[in-house]
Amino acid sequence: MKIAVCLNHVPDTASKISVGQDNQSIDTSGVTFVVNPYDEFAVEEALKTKEKVGGDTVVISLGNDNNKESIKKALAMGVDNAVLLKTNEIYDSLSVAKILANEIKTQNAEIVFFGKQSVDYDNGAVGQMCAELLGYNSVSVVVGLEINGNKVRAEREIEGGREIVETELPVVITTQKGLNEPRYASLKGIMAAKKKIIDEKIPENCSNYTETISMKKPPAKQPGRIIGTDATAVPELIRLLKEEVKVI
Amino acid sequence: MNFDLGDDYELLRKTVRDFAENEIRPLAKHLDEREEFSLEITKKKGEMGFLGITVSPDFGGQGLDYLSYIIIVEELARVDASQAATVAAHNSLGTGPIYRYGTKEQKQKYLPRLTTGNALWAFGLTEPDAGSDSNATATTAVKSNQGWILNGQKTFITNGDTPLTIGATIKARTGIKEGEKKEFSCFLVDAGTPGFSTSTLKGKMMWRASNTAELFMSECFVPEENLLGKIGEGSKIMLSTLDSGRLAIAAMGLGCAQGAFEMALNYSKTRKQFGNFIGNFEVNSFKLADMAMKIELARTFLYKTCWLKDNNKSFTKEAAMAKLYCSEIAREIADEALQIHGGYGLMKEYDIERFYRDQRLLQIGEGTSEIQRLVIARHLGLNPIF
Repeated sequence: MKIAVCLNHVPDTASKISVGQDNQSIDTSGVTFVVNPYDEFAVEEALKTKEKVGGDTVVISLGNDNNKESIKKALAMGVDNAVLLKTNEIYDSLSVAKILANEIKTQNAEIVFFGKQSVDYDNGAVGQMCAELLGYNSVSVVVGLEINGNKVRAEREIEGGREIVETELPVVITTQKGLNEPRYASLKGIMAAKKKIIDEKIPENCSNYTETISMKKPPAKQPGRIIGTDATAVPELIRLLKEEVKVI
Repeated sequence: MNFDLGDDYELLRKTVRDFAENEIRPLAKHLDEREEFSLEITKKKGEMGFLGITVSPDFGGQGLDYLSYIIIVEELARVDASQAATVAAHNSLGTGPIYRYGTKEQKQKYLPRLTTGNALWAFGLTEPDAGSDSNATATTAVKSNQGWILNGQKTFITNGDTPLTIGATIKARTGIKEGEKKEFSCFLVDAGTPGFSTSTLKGKMMWRASNTAELFMSECFVPEENLLGKIGEGSKIMLSTLDSGRLAIAAMGLGCAQGAFEMALNYSKTRKQFGNFIGNFEVNSFKLADMAMKIELARTFLYKTCWLKDNNKSFTKEAAMAKLYCSEIAREIADEALQIHGGYGLMKEYDIERFYRDQRLLQIGEGTSEIQRLVIARHLGLNPIF
């Protein structure tokens, strides 16, 4: 059984993001990059699945040499093999999905894990698109998973509750916080990762389906207003909430 | 010259930082207040591989270099000195002498257990009347049938009396050499040996979640095979162990300084007085600039010293310098960081209060600042009078 996990290398959510001079991309200078947090659940679930059903794990990442930092973390956590689809291009969701689907096909992986979304562009689309391109079943935003033989039973988070879905392999699972507790890379894992080779491939050319016209920061938050400090302010507060903010 | 640490060390640093932030920081204040040694954290540190860092995988260790070890201690100390101390003492002083001087049988007997996190080993050098003057060791070992009888007492021994401690390396006087020079040797004393007892020292000002103990040997019989190294090698074993140990204490100073600096920097960006963030006042911004500079200097020099050790070059003088400098800047930075916190810095609610206490050991343990200066001066060809 081949188990694949797709990994994105994204700006740390604690970083301050500013728009670059071209107004079409973010300025990456001084920004630290990390493994996409939702992908950490994907890596952990891939490892747990391997521990349960056996097989081989491979991490696949699309991006430049900087992605190796995140790939190495996955290897140190225990993933067996790694593929870096090396490019400096910025692709949109469908292009990324096509490139990844190609590699998943090459790897012959039957179980594929993605984070439910990347915290950089937040489209939350690549996993499901990949499933469609590959003709695999897919369950998204998964918080519980059991795989027995060919059968897949997944719990997914829905508004106000949980939904239980059954399907079969091959499958794409996108992972949500709560599915598991990602393990730390142990020192043994870090040492073992040094010996693992990252297979670098040049992805075939792909053209984007969308074009980024411009990026801008949200408007700065307006300062709060103090209407009064005792009960006499209540009627005015209610008037403002009704007429100005229109929330009641 | 190449100052690029490389991805592998950065991955190591990030991993240890994540571990320290998630597994240690939430408990550090509580354990400090209760003066409690945490079995749970120690076991987790063992699972991570922190208790056999430089020991070869042949004996269950991780086989990492000294720089990796120092980065691990630095990152633990950035969050909590007590947890860093348990790791530093176990690696440098506990497993270190057994790994370097033990026979194959001794290594096979002890190291596989000592690298798991299920067992700790202590290092018995200091005595009530033999601190800086380590030649004043009064513990004796007298040859008897197929072994040695030990009598004496050790004090301030880290990891000496935890539920996981399975023994200690004890330095004892084995005789007088020709020319009336005292002869010292080291012995591996297993916990539970009749006549060997341990007792935890309570009421510490610092490192309150690490274990510090007294060890007592009373007509304690130790078999011949528990002699570590050769007869007469006791001082050599202890002093070379301390050379390496000093790098770990330096790493504790560096980590403590880094942690205190980050607290001060964050606080100075959120605390307002006179309508301004206090970090914007020149007086504070210059303090923070000095802190950042001292930390950079300390780290650069400590890593260089690790490089000397990892490349089998002599590093005794540099280890003394690194220990001295890192521990002294830890004091300066913790002090100024507390000053930036003002009155809040005096309250236990803020971690800087703990850092201010914890740093104070660093100028005393594993050779006082004064002894480091003595070591450095001797390497300059001087023979200081004292």
